[in-house]
Amino acid sequence: MSTNSTVTESLQRAASELLSDVNIAVIIGYGRNGESPFSHPEFVRKPEDVERLVFDDRCFGNLAVYLSKDAIRRMGKIGIVVKGCDLRAVNVLLREHVVKREDIVLIGVPCTGQGDPLPHKCSVCEQRNPQGCDIVVGDPVEQPQINAEQKYSDAADIDAKSIEERWEFWSGQLSKCIRCYACRNVCPLCYCKRCIIDKTIPQWIETSAHLRGNVAWNVARAFHLTGRCVGCGECERACPMDIPLSAINQKMAQLMEEWFDFQSGLSSDEKAPFTTFSMDDSDTGIL
Amino acid sequence: MTQQTSDSSEQSEWQPRIVAFLCNWCSYAGADLAGMSRFAYPAAIKIVRVPCSGRVDPMFVIKSFEQGADLVLVSGCHPGDCHYTSGNYHARRKLLAFRELLTFLGIDPRRFKISWVSAAEGAKWSSLVKELTAEVKELGPFETYSKILTGENGR
Repeated sequence: MSTNSTVTESLQRAASELLSDVNIAVIIGYGRNGESPFSHPEFVRKPEDVERLVFDDRCFGNLAVYLSKDAIRRMGKIGIVVKGCDLRAVNVLLREHVVKREDIVLIGVPCTGQGDPLPHKCSVCEQRNPQGCDIVVGDPVEQPQINAEQKYSDAADIDAKSIEERWEFWSGQLSKCIRCYACRNVCPLCYCKRCIIDKTIPQWIETSAHLRGNVAWNVARAFHLTGRCVGCGECERACPMDIPLSAINQKMAQLMEEWFDFQSGLSSDEKAPFTTFSMDDSDTGIL
Repeated sequence: MTQQTSDSSEQSEWQPRIVAFLCNWCSYAGADLAGMSRFAYPAAIKIVRVPCSGRVDPMFVIKSFEQGADLVLVSGCHPGDCHYTSGNYHARRKLLAFRELLTFLGIDPRRFKISWVSAAEGAKWSSLVKELTAEVKELGPFETYSKILTGENGR
């Protein structure tokens, strides 16, 4: 683990300036607690507390998840520390009118990846330098070229299997699910006040942890995120049962890119594929 | 959905269960026309009328499988003919992507069909149902899902 002291210092300086400005009520960033394996979310409300903020290579969390929380929004204008991947989630929240651009201040941090070894999403990251932030702390970093094959390699591994092998694989994986909904709670884009899983009239998804309900839940989760998921990988990281949820999200993201040339979260004024249509869409596979 | 009681004279032959979501304006009227024109088609199909193919949520399909459907069909107006102008265009994108998701998870995509049947295509409806019934008879019961029902596969 290495703390990037120059970035941390300029982050603290920027945070202090923002908090002295009366408009900013809270800064959401990362904090460090000893040798913890990850840097936890930290909420700073007073300029004298800014030394609690750090930026190191264990800042895994996607802090954009807090932007839709009522308790945070009631505080007032929010400053938020974003890596490139987090910024994509913020863009989707802006696009879906969950937050207003004037209500947030984006503090971008160039990032070469979190953790050691790097998780897949970091090694294929195309957003190392966040674009369109209000403030950027730290120097720009080198951005390697990534091709689609690298990006969607987890999905390709499963695509290579036969249909029976896939079911064998997924029924094994999904039967592990304990329905804790950590994947939903950690997702910055699962912000519905009332999730489909909480609805009982009618109850679309069985809530007990057996394979039938687990399949329904994971299909619903994946489909609700299709064309929206930004691939931050938080669902998989939060999953206590280590279900490879990223592969499913990757597959749907790959489809959206191949079919509609669309990647979610690259800007805040894009239209999500499922909110629009084209008369020229393919009819293949329709009887 | 209730369990279909099998005909005592044909107890040995398994009858598939097909659930069809038909849009009110085209496909349902098409099926109606098939009836009025006396075009016979197999009784394996159970029709659910929905306002538009765009109304069909993927959870309808999942729920149908959970309740024992061997095949699910969604049918709407031909592109350009939607009563609500664009419902079927939205459905086309979503349902084709949904089929890809099922395929990725190992759920046989042959169990989920999409078709366009207009109000004038009673004959097409009749032959479509015949084809689908023959196909699903060939495929047999949808065991991937029915095994989950009985708990043999998983918990």
